[in-house]
Amino acid sequence: MTPFLDALTRVPPLLAQHVLLAGAALLIGIAISLPLAVWSSRNEGVSRLALGFASLVQTIPSLALLALFYPLLLWLSGVVGGGIPALGFLPSLIALTLYALLPILRNGVAGLEGIDPAVRQAADAVGMTPAQKLRLVEAPLVAPVLIAGIRTAAVWTIGAATLSTTVGQPSLGDLIFAGLQTQNWALVLAGCVSAAALALCVDALIGLIERGLRTRRRGLWITGAALLLAGVLAATAPLWAQGSDKRTVVVGAKNFAEQYILARVIGDQLEHAGYRVEYRDGLGSAVIFGAVTGGDIDVYVDYAGTIWTNEMKRHDIPPPAEMVPAIGAWAAATHHVGLVGALGFENAYAFAMKTDAAKRRGITSLADLIPAAPRLALGSDLEFLERPEWAAVKKAYPLRFASATPFSPTFMYRALASGRVDVISAFSSDGRIAADHLTVLTDPRHAIPGYDAILLVAPKRRADARFLAALKPLVGRVGVDAMRTANYQVDRDADKRSPEQAAKWLENAIGL
Amino acid sequence: MPANSIAFDNLTKRFGQTVAVDAVSLAIAGGSFVALVGASGSGKSTLLKMINRLIEPTEGRVTIDGRDVADGPAPTLRRRIGYVFQGVGLFPHMTVAENIAIGARIAGDTVDIGAALDQVELPRDVADRMPDELSGGQRQRVGIARALAPGAKLLLLDEAFGALDPVTRDALGTEIRRLHADLGLTTVLVTHDMAEALLLADRVLVMSNGRIVADATPAQLASGGGGEEAQALVAVPREQAERLRALAE
Repeated sequence: MTPFLDALTRVPPLLAQHVLLAGAALLIGIAISLPLAVWSSRNEGVSRLALGFASLVQTIPSLALLALFYPLLLWLSGVVGGGIPALGFLPSLIALTLYALLPILRNGVAGLEGIDPAVRQAADAVGMTPAQKLRLVEAPLVAPVLIAGIRTAAVWTIGAATLSTTVGQPSLGDLIFAGLQTQNWALVLAGCVSAAALALCVDALIGLIERGLRTRRRGLWITGAALLLAGVLAATAPLWAQGSDKRTVVVGAKNFAEQYILARVIGDQLEHAGYRVEYRDGLGSAVIFGAVTGGDIDVYVDYAGTIWTNEMKRHDIPPPAEMVPAIGAWAAATHHVGLVGALGFENAYAFAMKTDAAKRRGITSLADLIPAAPRLALGSDLEFLERPEWAAVKKAYPLRFASATPFSPTFMYRALASGRVDVISAFSSDGRIAADHLTVLTDPRHAIPGYDAILLVAPKRRADARFLAALKPLVGRVGVDAMRTANYQVDRDADKRSPEQAAKWLENAIGL
Repeated sequence: MPANSIAFDNLTKRFGQTVAVDAVSLAIAGGSFVALVGASGSGKSTLLKMINRLIEPTEGRVTIDGRDVADGPAPTLRRRIGYVFQGVGLFPHMTVAENIAIGARIAGDTVDIGAALDQVELPRDVADRMPDELSGGQRQRVGIARALAPGAKLLLLDEAFGALDPVTRDALGTEIRRLHADLGLTTVLVTHDMAEALLLADRVLVMSNGRIVADATPAQLASGGGGEEAQALVAVPREQAERLRALAE
């Protein structure tokens, strides 16, 4: 039970963010839906258009909807000359707001259309103006149906808000995603339980308001509304207490253990230097460079080859010694992003097989793999098959696997162990390669670039001497063996450590 | 002319190709009780609703005491015209008292609910009830009280008794006639029931295909006047009455 209780201690700040996000999205959703519902009930064309649009939005998976706003806002920010954050609160807010529209709009329109025509005629006949008719007759009659729609929207929004983690907005999803990546089930459970409890509470309270309105019991709905407001204030309290600390910095991390660990190591360094640190975990590799460029995060660790192929779109493979300075120059010139330095280890894509299977088939290199591939299954991480590195590998080695399946990294190793796949796109700094006694295939044609871990900082931190001084001790300090061990502490199945604990171990091991 | 006289001047309403009301010109004297009789689709209800602008005319105009009803906002006009219709349309989320007070409330005024209930012969303790707790007849009485509460002197009844049982219907008819006299109203009653028109009104107008085809007093109609179409309608209750008499003999 203790790991679960430990995990629960991480809930309050995330719950605050979660409630703030879902609440804001719901309020804006209501503010948009209400006039639209009134307009729709008076105009057939508007009704068809509005309901059609809202239904269309619902058909887009919420994860995809969130992801869509990142390029959209990035583009928009480019059009207006910058200043629109493409990550974090804004894209999450827009996506969730759109998501909240349909139930409110649909119930509002249905409620208004369900009002007895005789009642409408009576309202006109007694001399009500359209505004009086709306306020005195239509609004009170539609309220219970409308509130039911808001209730549905609230539950959906709270659920979907867990996905905002993927675009860099802290939410209860942080626990779920981080827990899933590091197989920390206590963390997953804490995230799920809190999100579910939040949804149930909100559902019950809005249900109370709805019942109060339906049965015309004033006390009931006022109690419900008061409790709801008090709950929102209590849940978001951690945010009010903070105030506006100008010295807060944000450390970004991609979605695997090494990134979580390094983010904590960086965060600890910054905290020692007097900064208040926040973490944005679980960002996709495609998104995270944009995040540092836009200043949504202040610092993170990326890998030379990733920037080289994905951001710089280069196809040549220079020696690592030339690659890192070239990336530094490019990042500074084109994005004003600062390169602090290389950490000292490499985390390259490394094709790995079970040692006995590799021996049996006589495979030691990617070249040996070519004739065997049609009878083998490839397992990759979630991104690899879409990345230019895979295209480069296929170009150098015409590999045609029987199948290629993406997994989250943890499950990728399991798939290899269980024989579901025969080859995986492993990571060279992964402790599981040694622990599982895997054979890493060599790359004789140099298709895969170097993947030195490098520290990148946001444009506004590039000349921040204090900030850079706090990070400098990390440069050249993190060896691959120490990194592998730390990674394995988090990734292994038994006696798991949290990324924080592994970070502490790593700090000790490298003498920070 | 006495107050609350109504005049139609070449009043026409077309819905697409259909002519609902066809160039009607007519005067209704203040203080009179006029019945507008006709079959379904004859245009009688449309004609009535153009008085309080629930329907706007395509051509022509309606004047009340010489003033065009189209001058000024429709809600202001409607607040001084009582309108009672078959559907009643009591506000289901308001008590009886709130329903009766609504006309005054939206005009920033108040109403003596007790007196309003007395006027339509409802017990005062229904004031706090909700409309769905009332019988059909009680509901229509509340409808009448709501229409008259703001002090309207012009009362429009649009098939107001249509959905009621015959006993309630007869009682309410008598009631309306009494209120008409007591309050000095100008009353226009739209009905498809010639017997009701003959027994309540001072003057009966028969409508057919959007035109007024007969304009006579009940006495004239009862004695065979008013023309062919009017007599076709009068024939129905007359034959019913004769058959009833025959049964008794």
